[in-house]
Amino acid sequence: MSLDPSFVGRTYPPTAPYQVGREKIREFATAIGATEPAHHDPTAARALGHPDVVAPPTFPVVVTMAATRQVVEDPDLGVDYSRVVHGDQRFAYTRPVVAGDELVCVNTIEEVRTRGGHGFVTTRTEVTTPDGEPVVTVWSKIVVRGEG
Amino acid sequence: MELPTKTFRVTRADLIRYAGASGDFNPIHWSDRIATSVGLPGVIAHGMFTMALVGRAVAEWAGAADAVVDYAVRFTRPVVVPDDEQGTEIEVTAAVREVTDAGLTRIDITATCHGEKVLSQARATIRMAG
Repeated sequence: MSLDPSFVGRTYPPTAPYQVGREKIREFATAIGATEPAHHDPTAARALGHPDVVAPPTFPVVVTMAATRQVVEDPDLGVDYSRVVHGDQRFAYTRPVVAGDELVCVNTIEEVRTRGGHGFVTTRTEVTTPDGEPVVTVWSKIVVRGEG
Repeated sequence: MELPTKTFRVTRADLIRYAGASGDFNPIHWSDRIATSVGLPGVIAHGMFTMALVGRAVAEWAGAADAVVDYAVRFTRPVVVPDDEQGTEIEVTAAVREVTDAGLTRIDITATCHGEKVLSQARATIRMAG
């Protein structure tokens, strides 16, 4: 697996806004067993100073995983998706995601490396409101396992 | 300072529920046939499900649902989830590394399954409640 390092720095067009629904946050929180009232009850979330229910810290992956298909499925980069495993993941928050948010993702390729026959691609996704207010920055490193 | 250990049981049903909620339908998280065909011992948990469970532990230690400011992990070993009632168990411990001048707490996290680390370089920065 050899990936083209000239892709480093490439930025993709912004994704269509993702509408964060209250029920989606509740569903995600329930699936991970997060029972804190602020994930489920708007009144509890408002008591913490938020306009609506608060998403758990890893919730943005729902939005960014779809967005990073732009990179993984870029035919010029040529990643074989069946050989992809997840390497690293990071979320750096400006503020929590809340129900009612509209989120736009801009993906940039930060790193492309080949080592030991494996490929490594790190994508940074800036997640903002449509007006450009920063919400969370998400880094994801994938490993493209070499043949054999 | 060590934070209290937390354990999370993970069953196949949990993986199915997480697949639906997250939109990650990769078959290695629900099909033994496909998981073994790509060289895995069997169905494994989504790395992001493990990260989410550890994130719950972090929020519980912080004492607030909105406390996490920064959270990063490296996935080092798959969490194999057998097709039975017991599933498997992930154990999470952490230690406070420092409290910053801005009042944020940095913690180093260890997550293990059957005594083996499933994450490395797992770190969070949290705003402690109260």
